[in-house]
Amino acid sequence: MATQTLIYIFVGLSFALYIGIAIWSRAGSTKEFYIAGGGVNPVVNGMATAADWMSAASFISMAGIIAFSGYDGSVYLMGWTGGYVMLALLLAPYLRKFGQFTVPDFIGTRYYSNAARVVAVICLIFISFTYIAGQMRGVGIVFSRFLDVPINLGVIIGMGIVFIYAVLGGMKGITYTQVAQYCVLIFAYMVPAFFISFLVTGNPVPQLGLGSTVNDGSGLYVLQKLDLVLQDLGFGPYTDGSKSMIDVFCITAALMIGTAGLPHVIVRFFTVPKASDARKSAGWALIFIALLYTTAPAVGAFARINFIETVNDQDYASAPEWFKNWESNDLIAWTDKNGDGKMEYRAGDPFAGKPEFTGETGQSGERVIANTPSADSENEVYVDRDIMVLANPEIANLPGWVIALVAAGGLAAALSTAAGLLLVISSSISHDLLKNTFRPQITEKGELMAARIAATAAIVVAGYLGIYPPGWVAQVVAFAFGLAAASLFPAIFMGIFSKSMNKEGAIAGMVSGLVFTFSYIAYFKLINPDANIAANWLFGISPEGIGVIGMLINFAIAIAVSKVTASPPIEVRKLVDSIRVPRGAGDAAKH
Amino acid sequence: MSDDDQNQSGQETSNHETDGQDTNENEKAYWSENLRLLWSLMAIWFVVSFGAGILFRDFLDQFSIGGYPLGFWFAQQGSIYVFVLLIFYYTVRMKQIERKYDLDD
Repeated sequence: MATQTLIYIFVGLSFALYIGIAIWSRAGSTKEFYIAGGGVNPVVNGMATAADWMSAASFISMAGIIAFSGYDGSVYLMGWTGGYVMLALLLAPYLRKFGQFTVPDFIGTRYYSNAARVVAVICLIFISFTYIAGQMRGVGIVFSRFLDVPINLGVIIGMGIVFIYAVLGGMKGITYTQVAQYCVLIFAYMVPAFFISFLVTGNPVPQLGLGSTVNDGSGLYVLQKLDLVLQDLGFGPYTDGSKSMIDVFCITAALMIGTAGLPHVIVRFFTVPKASDARKSAGWALIFIALLYTTAPAVGAFARINFIETVNDQDYASAPEWFKNWESNDLIAWTDKNGDGKMEYRAGDPFAGKPEFTGETGQSGERVIANTPSADSENEVYVDRDIMVLANPEIANLPGWVIALVAAGGLAAALSTAAGLLLVISSSISHDLLKNTFRPQITEKGELMAARIAATAAIVVAGYLGIYPPGWVAQVVAFAFGLAAASLFPAIFMGIFSKSMNKEGAIAGMVSGLVFTFSYIAYFKLINPDANIAANWLFGISPEGIGVIGMLINFAIAIAVSKVTASPPIEVRKLVDSIRVPRGAGDAAKH
Repeated sequence: MSDDDQNQSGQETSNHETDGQDTNENEKAYWSENLRLLWSLMAIWFVVSFGAGILFRDFLDQFSIGGYPLGFWFAQQGSIYVFVLLIFYYTVRMKQIERKYDLDD
């Protein structure tokens, strides 16, 4: 069967599965809509959390980023897993014991203040929308490459699917769809990884393959060979990074702490029956995540080797089919600087910026680009890092059904994360803003309707951002972590571990952490991107890692302000005592 | 960041003493045992990721596991395995501590 037909079948079947689950698990009450009724098995919740967590960025982009940055890619591997230790030890069981529906719920109640609640809602919406736009872009990329539909139509189809199961099923529908999506995405990630690891090293387990010798008779280890090949082509060695140590340290920390502060992840731990289940569930979530995260560095390294071997110094005329497929999607370009018809792949940029295709065809049949070739590098090949995972099965010549599986997996990763984000946005609007702040007299039925309307509106906004991505979207997705680390994490942490933290301190801390981090990122990424070099950074910390400093500012200001203002009332101290003790969690408290 | 947390929890304990009437002795003992366990595990968390994977990577890279330089292995594989073990160890130990103080759920 043709690969294209297989892709339609795999993607169609997976979509039918998600919709079937959504119809089976409709939400009938706000409790089911917000926290799936609060009775989800911790292992099931761990699986749903893993799908919720692993976004288009994890599935599609991460291995590619590691492939092209080597050791520097470690920041994502440690950063996006280490946060679960913080969640399990510092936050999840206590928030579950507290037993409400949303993160702003906790902040509003613990800091006995609607102002604190509204600040938390603002942080949450800001974090979630920057994150969701990236998911929609991922859906668009997969659709345009694999299903041959225009990106915009792809985004609209994706919106339609999410609409059905998020609006109908709420958290309950999302939970069980995410379990299915996890199975699809992990299978889709592991199968090509096994194949490629076996092809390159003879060992099918990628985690072991990356530490084994290459199958080419040279007797070299994979990482040794990569270091040698890359240095031959003028790159730095793979096992050595180019980022400074302080920057690697701060980015890793910002990603870890940000993970622990992301509302759509935290809220998943509200759905299990008991406080102790929240800990267990975080452990299972990390196992399911670790499966992909320990495979990704192997996939990245193998992809880099395969890419160099199939492309470098080959005639363009005989370039493999995948090269031309991705070229026609604008994600690969070749400019024949020395006119020899061969593709020279070297260190450095082939030209500045992204390729601008003129629509003409060059001497060897390539798509001609308008960019001026850079004079300081012999590199002739432009390659978008995002394609490495998607193109990997084609590069390694794997059968058509593996390619189809990867398409379905990429969509599962993007859709599951988008749905989780939409849910926290809609519940923060219907529950925190309407029910708990502005319209407390609203009925249960009215609140459920409001939640569905808010989810619909959020889908439309997310789709709009996917179709007309503002220039900043792709750039700021990673910064959602810095903002979460600098705003929500300290407020939640101190809410549990300090009884003397009061509302004035928490609000001042959240606002200053958010404003500082946002301004630093906005300055270097939007206002003055030319200045974004290490020499201008505060302590040599890049905008990606600045959330750590934002967090320290949050802690410092919150503690200072709380010292000079009234201490929290006795009921709040009692609340803190009660969330520290697991006994009596029972049902999520009713309002 | 861990410094900050330490301050936080230090400051916290002193509060406990001043408003002893909020909490009974049993819950207090439970909480301090939890904190001891928690911060020891967070220390390991810090050592395997920030320590072995970043700060002491160059030193560790002179050793290797198979074809992996050791520091590189911690950064891209080992730290993640340890994270998983830490959470499950904490889950099991906490269950025991909760039973000991008769506070389990």
